[in-house]
Amino acid sequence: MTRGHHDLGGRPAGSVPREEHVLSPWEKEVDAIRNLLGDKKRRLMTSDELRLGIESLSEAEYNTLAYYDRWIESILTTMERKGVLTRDEFARKVAAVQTRPEHLKEGA
Amino acid sequence: MAPHDGHDHDHAHGHGEQHGQPHPHRPIQEDLSYRTESAVRARALKELLIEKGIITADEVRRQIEIVDARGPHMGARVVARAWCDPEYKKRLLTTPNAACAELGIDLGETHLFVVENTATVHNMIVCTLCSCYPKTLLGIPPDWYKSFAYRSRAVREPRTVLAEFGTSLPDDVEVRVHDSTADLRYLVLPRRPEGTEGWSEERLAAIISRDSMIGATLVRPDA
Amino acid sequence: MSVTFAIPAEAAVLRVGQEVHVLPEAPPMSVGKPHIRTPFYIRGKTGVVAVAVGSFRNPETLALGGDGLPTQPLYRVRFMQRDIWPDYSGRPDDSIDIEIYQHWLVSAA
Repeated sequence: MTRGHHDLGGRPAGSVPREEHVLSPWEKEVDAIRNLLGDKKRRLMTSDELRLGIESLSEAEYNTLAYYDRWIESILTTMERKGVLTRDEFARKVAAVQTRPEHLKEGA
Repeated sequence: MAPHDGHDHDHAHGHGEQHGQPHPHRPIQEDLSYRTESAVRARALKELLIEKGIITADEVRRQIEIVDARGPHMGARVVARAWCDPEYKKRLLTTPNAACAELGIDLGETHLFVVENTATVHNMIVCTLCSCYPKTLLGIPPDWYKSFAYRSRAVREPRTVLAEFGTSLPDDVEVRVHDSTADLRYLVLPRRPEGTEGWSEERLAAIISRDSMIGATLVRPDA
Repeated sequence: MSVTFAIPAEAAVLRVGQEVHVLPEAPPMSVGKPHIRTPFYIRGKTGVVAVAVGSFRNPETLALGGDGLPTQPLYRVRFMQRDIWPDYSGRPDDSIDIEIYQHWLVSAA
């Protein structure tokens, strides 16, 4: 059985990076959205589904996407599978957000 | 952050003020990432889920407040109490969720498991498969805990990784790594440092660092 | 150490102190594009049950949107570092504890 590219234990790697960053608003929002989708009210997504969605990314995506970008991808995959939204709808929404003045992208 | 740090977001921030108009939304945060493609995608995801009636903006805001309120200060209270009260320590080791609830800390659906550092065993936590962490007790994990390098190396060369954190252990101490692979979430109960006899719980809690509760460092009385 | 959880462990067949092998491959009840909680580096290795934790919904089926039933007994299994990494350079009694579900374990006896 092959080893998943997320399955890192024992692999050679460099020194542990010690720089830390304060979470950006968008990162906190993705974290919050994931918590809400899995809460008792919704039960739309387990942490197991989140993880499978992340593990299903290509190795290149897994290695280059930021932590919460991987979450966005997994949430999209899971929500599309459950019929909540489609990737097409998401692409249209991204395009719509991009056309707004910069400051309107922040704060909903 | 310095008021004039030269980053272009200062310029962007000043743009609305130049025209003397009240800002229709929250002020732009002083970070560059919100304008990245990632932030646009996050915004699109949030708005789509709101339009679908799955979540509301208020729920997102409230959830962020809940997450922001959590952090290592909660774990530090638990550890400090365990240092001062041997009976509490027993309960923390055997019924950890209930022991946290005694201090008003609700771990929700987290199954906490506490591992105690002793004169002969040093415990260290990693999640090699993702980034499992006791978020309801310690907050969001630090970047280093989520890093590929830590996840790769902590299980194979824990002593070298500890040394990188400036943690040196006596020769007769066993290092026990816990790979958080499934349903438990781990708290390291660090050793109480010498020189803290008679300290109050509050004073002790102030020196108990986040990284010591992951097992990457030891608690120092001069922290 | 005894740890009390709300989830019963009546289906647990392994005992604390028992020597166990981790299966080298995913067991037959693992399904689909696997979401597996048994790390690659520990498959095929031998350890000792340290704690019988209780029974939990199976993440392999939860990950596919299923109900995770039947639940699987979960154990904390202790391995010696020198048994995992032939070139391990730390102390000979350094160890790793890993949570492993029962369907990935067989008794070594």
